[in-house]
Amino acid sequence: MNLLSVTNLHVNFHTKAQELAALIDVSFTLNRGERIAIVGESGAGKSVLGFSIVNLIGKPGYIHSGSIRLENDELTKMNLRQLQEVRGKRIAMIFQDPMMTLNPVITIGAQLVETIRSHTKISYKDARNIAIEKLNHVQIASPERRFDQYPHELSGGMRQRVIIAAVLLLNPDIIIADEPTTALDVTIQAEILQLLLAICRDNGVALVLISHDLGVVSKVAERTLVMYAGRIVEEGPTLEIINDPQHPYTQGLLNALPQMTLPGQRLNQIQGSMPSLIERPSGCAFHPRCPYAKEKCKKEQPSFIHSGVSSVACFLVEDMINEFANQDQEVSK
Amino acid sequence: MLIFLLRRLIQACFVMIIISVISFAIQGNLGDPIQQMVSVTASQDERNQLRESLGLNDNFINQYWRFAKKAVQGDLGTSFYYKKPVLEVIFQKVPATLELAFCAILLIIFVATPCGVLAAIKPKNPISRLIMIVSSIGLSVPIFIVAIFMVYFFSIEWNVAPSFGRGETTEILGLWESGLFTKDGLSHLLLPSLSLAIALMPIFIRLIRAEMMEVLQSEYIRFAWSKGLSTPRIYFIHALKNTMLPIITVGGIQAGTLVAYTILTETIFQWPGMGFLFMDAVSRVDTPLISAYLIVVGGMFVMTNTLVDLVYGLVNPTVRLASHGI
Repeated sequence: MNLLSVTNLHVNFHTKAQELAALIDVSFTLNRGERIAIVGESGAGKSVLGFSIVNLIGKPGYIHSGSIRLENDELTKMNLRQLQEVRGKRIAMIFQDPMMTLNPVITIGAQLVETIRSHTKISYKDARNIAIEKLNHVQIASPERRFDQYPHELSGGMRQRVIIAAVLLLNPDIIIADEPTTALDVTIQAEILQLLLAICRDNGVALVLISHDLGVVSKVAERTLVMYAGRIVEEGPTLEIINDPQHPYTQGLLNALPQMTLPGQRLNQIQGSMPSLIERPSGCAFHPRCPYAKEKCKKEQPSFIHSGVSSVACFLVEDMINEFANQDQEVSK
Repeated sequence: MLIFLLRRLIQACFVMIIISVISFAIQGNLGDPIQQMVSVTASQDERNQLRESLGLNDNFINQYWRFAKKAVQGDLGTSFYYKKPVLEVIFQKVPATLELAFCAILLIIFVATPCGVLAAIKPKNPISRLIMIVSSIGLSVPIFIVAIFMVYFFSIEWNVAPSFGRGETTEILGLWESGLFTKDGLSHLLLPSLSLAIALMPIFIRLIRAEMMEVLQSEYIRFAWSKGLSTPRIYFIHALKNTMLPIITVGGIQAGTLVAYTILTETIFQWPGMGFLFMDAVSRVDTPLISAYLIVVGGMFVMTNTLVDLVYGLVNPTVRLASHGI
């Protein structure tokens, strides 16, 4: 049984003028201890997806339809109290900017202890011991001293470690990490990533890593989902996606990596930019930027098809597969 | 901490010097005190004599210097009307005003905070809407109108609370005349403190609401939700503590406004406090009393703001009161 299964999830943003679709028909599954990545440009809906798993989309966003199942529990049907029991305890989140994530007027220790104590009946002293043990675990030096300090007394990398410690406190099944290294110094990024990876591997925690950095993704995730304009457009093993991208958008993303360019050359980029929610193109939303777009792409939304070990939503790939199938048939005749 | 206090003390001295110059300078421009002090039949000679003996003919610098020298020793002059040292006259009235202000501040804190918080966390709730409507009306209706209506309804029509004076008071240690410990004294406090509180409450309700709404949008509140904390904990510990930071600062500044409003409130309710005394002094052109009042109020203002800074430093860990080093 899957640990987490998201099926046909639709998330809308409700405005006075209209309903805007932020996520359309998103489905994926996550197994116990599995690490998956969600990639895409800014505005693709990665973060919205990450937050909607624990129903924490900021207003005016809301889950319109679909299901999010955590083992046997349907998260979309839960009330606030039930959700608060899941959040932190079974599904924990790491946010993008460690400078903004910790409450500036509450000590590190208090922020850790309150997390434990709001989920389990345990004395302050025991909670403090767990907190210090976890701070140790994330390689924070002299955790007893840090325990009584305020967030502003710690560097960005340190704070992200504290946040990882906070997330580990209750041994969750899933960690959702929303661009956990984007706001950090490049030298710190690798350390934090290593730490996160080690923690997930050692404790059998499933990880949903949201990132726009395919380099990061390739080091951490076993499986990758590529998102564009609120839909998943390609899904498969990370290695497969990186070595043999099927969707033109995934190809464009990989081409845009600086490593793909020789020194002195202009960096490759995908022409145009991500459409806003208000002006979503018809058919396949990527068609205005797609070098291979056909008439059909402007009118119809391609459905998911299997191509090898990956799945992809693109008419180009679909047509190619059909063509191969026809050739095969002719050969066999 | 000690360094901080010392630094604030030096600043306060500067402020007090400036206040004293200004309030002393007013003295020469408030009409002729002699007019009020002598009878109509007094001759010009007698008037001149009095003027000379009071030192009103000297130039400004000399007069100020004489005033400042005495002021440092705690003598701000003698009231023309009461014929007593002005500080003595003022300090007799201080308890009444402080009690009034204290009750008003308590009312503001315990009414404005829950109202503001409710309006922020449930903006669409009918009660929140009502709070916002009433507070914007309160913001635009002047205090004296509110006070007069209160006198009309609560004292005259319904006879719930008395409309003037302090009522029965008790003396504490022979220094402080207090109305807080008798039923009569408290009932007399009701209307004045309520109308004084109403003058400032709308600002605080709106401020707390706006600030709280902004705090609720922040990442650390979202993180608190994602940690699965209880709702009251998120609202009242994580959000409210951050909301209060700017409110404390504004509160210190509004302390000045509060003093200004005590003059109005005390006049309407015939409250025997400093503000009432000040209005009397103005109408009698009792200039030493006027300047002494300004200086005392200025001193109180400086003190409150120092206190507010201290409290702010306690609540906000990112502010260090005495920077290590200097």
